[in-house]
Amino acid sequence: MKKHLLLSTVVILAALPALADKNPRTGEELAANQAYTYRMLDSVKSLDPQLISSVEDSDVARGLFEGLFNEDGDGNLVPAGAVSFTVSDDKLTYTFKLRPESKWSDGTQVTAADYVYGWQRLVDPALASEYAYYLELAQVKNAADITAGKTPAADLGIKAIDPLTLQVTLDNPIPYFTKMLTNSATFPAPKAAIDKFGADWTKPANIVTNGAYLLTDFIDGEKYVEEKNPNYWDAANVIMSPITALVINDEDAALTRYQAGELDRTDVPAGQYPHLKEQFPAEAISTPYACAYDYIINLTEGKGNEALKDVRVRKALSYAVDRDVIVNNILQGGQTAAYSWTPPAINGYVLPDIDYSHWTQAERNEKAKALLAEAGYGPDHPLTLTLNYNTSDAHKKIAVAIQQMWKQTLGVELTPNNYEWKVHTDKLIAGDFEMARYAWCADYNEASTFLDLYASYSTNNDGKFSNADYDTLLKDAKGMADPSANYTAAEQILATEMPIIPIYHYAKVDMVKPDLKGLPQHDVMQFWYSKDLYRIKQ
Amino acid sequence: MISFILKRLLVAIPTLLALIVISFLMMHAAPGGPFTQEKQLPAAVLANLNAKYGLDQPIWVQMGRYVWGIVAHFDFGPSFVYKDRTVNEIIAQGFPVTLSYGSIAFVLAVSVGLALGILAAVFQNSWLDYFAVGLSIGAQVLPNFVLAPILVLIFTLWLGWLPGGGWEGGDWKHQVMPVIAMATAYMASIARIVRSSMLEVLTLNHIRTARAKGLPTHQVILRHALKPALIPVLSYLGPTFVSMITGSVVIDMFFSTAGIGKFFVDAALNRDYALMMGVTLLVGVLTIVFNLLVDVLYAWIDPKIRL
Repeated sequence: MKKHLLLSTVVILAALPALADKNPRTGEELAANQAYTYRMLDSVKSLDPQLISSVEDSDVARGLFEGLFNEDGDGNLVPAGAVSFTVSDDKLTYTFKLRPESKWSDGTQVTAADYVYGWQRLVDPALASEYAYYLELAQVKNAADITAGKTPAADLGIKAIDPLTLQVTLDNPIPYFTKMLTNSATFPAPKAAIDKFGADWTKPANIVTNGAYLLTDFIDGEKYVEEKNPNYWDAANVIMSPITALVINDEDAALTRYQAGELDRTDVPAGQYPHLKEQFPAEAISTPYACAYDYIINLTEGKGNEALKDVRVRKALSYAVDRDVIVNNILQGGQTAAYSWTPPAINGYVLPDIDYSHWTQAERNEKAKALLAEAGYGPDHPLTLTLNYNTSDAHKKIAVAIQQMWKQTLGVELTPNNYEWKVHTDKLIAGDFEMARYAWCADYNEASTFLDLYASYSTNNDGKFSNADYDTLLKDAKGMADPSANYTAAEQILATEMPIIPIYHYAKVDMVKPDLKGLPQHDVMQFWYSKDLYRIKQ
Repeated sequence: MISFILKRLLVAIPTLLALIVISFLMMHAAPGGPFTQEKQLPAAVLANLNAKYGLDQPIWVQMGRYVWGIVAHFDFGPSFVYKDRTVNEIIAQGFPVTLSYGSIAFVLAVSVGLALGILAAVFQNSWLDYFAVGLSIGAQVLPNFVLAPILVLIFTLWLGWLPGGGWEGGDWKHQVMPVIAMATAYMASIARIVRSSMLEVLTLNHIRTARAKGLPTHQVILRHALKPALIPVLSYLGPTFVSMITGSVVIDMFFSTAGIGKFFVDAALNRDYALMMGVTLLVGVLTIVFNLLVDVLYAWIDPKIRL
């Protein structure tokens, strides 16, 4: 009998893994291998949540750390470090209830004080974070003054009411405040570890994290390995481990290694999507990405090209760009033709009715010719322009295509000037250009991250477009419960005044192993969380 | 000899100082800075960054601090871009990688290059000569950015013998392709230099004498011809060794070896001032040391050269 009992126990124990081999959330059967290896474009520049400024860094950091909210696969907020929150009637005070079971990897509780410390550190001049402006953007009280050194960091509009209650005060109400809290800059920081190790606190031996994963191996410039954190509050639902990021600069090399089975996910090099899609229909995937590509026109007084100060010329140039040729023949990766600055896929954004987006290219060309002639340019008085772009094959191809389109349709002589990245940016900031290639990726999933850029008071408005109505619409939007009508109207002004020529909206084009699930399908921010990934049995 | 070496080492100090001053000025003269970016930083944020990294000081002060940091603490400063790391840490991690695949590639390039060059010269105008010359011309016109993807295609994708990249602490499987990709072009150059200098030496009087007294060919070559034929090769090998052990941006980028070669270009493009200076100085010091070594070797090979 005893022997039988022992035997049946052994049998039951052996059967246990099979019982657990289902995704607890979806019920799908899981593969035995739950390791994930992906290509990372460049080395991590920092793993300190408050110093992170690149996409790659935040991809790694979202596994190691966790803030108040995460995003789901559709871009909606999901409670993470916070379980609930309330907003005051004047929309200026947010009170967050923190998750009591959330712990740091050293076993201590994640408290409101850790958030206070993290946020104060972010704006502190001594840390000199490149993302210090983020809390100013979020309208957190005194953020700008602290960064400018006028007020001590302790005056920041954030305080710990008790260990599990966090209160944030804003200078002005903004409707998208909580949406901004998925950015790693707003994550809590482990004060004890930072005090003890200083700048070395992110080294693998010293780092203290609160996310679903622990940093287990770290060879800078080569690879980063994370393994499941057993103390994570939602560890029961974390399936994928280990997560390995391999730094591979060259995208063609990465694709070869993907094909050799060394990677589960990699980027598709420009122009290769169509044939990869044909060869591997289940693996080549293109999803919208919240970034926009445009040519900025310099409207600064006394700078740029005087001809471009005439709205008819700007419209003619924009109409004469055949965007379909650019997305379908040059980029070929599921990017979409842009007639608006803000990508239509942005959460809650309603695209205005932009007239020229409905026209055929022939109609646009006709209209463009008429406008340019009206402005006084033609065969006997040809328009000559220059365009700055930074060194890249794709930028060059696009510039050459547009040069041809303008030449053929309008007789415009465009000289594209190629500059190394830093020189290009330096000229942009100095206003030393007629037209310049530009691109912007969303900081958070809301239209103001794009539209605010061209307000006359924006530091990033390099073309110095200035329109009082536009400014008012965006300023008013900050205090509105639903600002989408203002965004739509502002976008319409951009289409009417054409201070920029929108060209295309980005797509994230990847090769992904078919058994890999849990990557975002509809989140334009492309925030993916290792803890949501899993491999199904095939 | 000793006094020659000491003298050369003394001259190295002003040379390095000049290298620092010129690099520093050129670096700061280039448009843009480490924090120039498309998403422009607000003035206050930029001011804090400049203060943290000392960029708010006059350039002479920055340069003085930099030199003092090296002399007093052997501290090359923090990287402006890789915020979690210092330049010392980046070099300490990346240099051993390139030193490893670079030295193996050097040994390979020199041994194969020498053998090919000698054989081609000794059997001039034979099929062996044509083969060696053909091979070395082929290798020379095949740049490593073409060779590297071909190697990966063959050995990783088709044959599945070798991993397509990574370093894994220098595991031999990860070194094979970087070594071949790096060695090939150098091997070709060495073979051609050896061949032509050997051909020249073989017509000299003392070789004719050696042959006339009945020495077998291999003894003539190894004992009498090789040493003088090596002199022009030596002057090529000094700088070559330095450029091989400091890696190549193509190799590091293509094989993801995380070596110092990639940082060379990265630092310049990112305007990562401290890292750029660190790598430049590393190459500068190595160049001085190996040029000195080559001079000492000259004297050993050719007693006519007096140091």
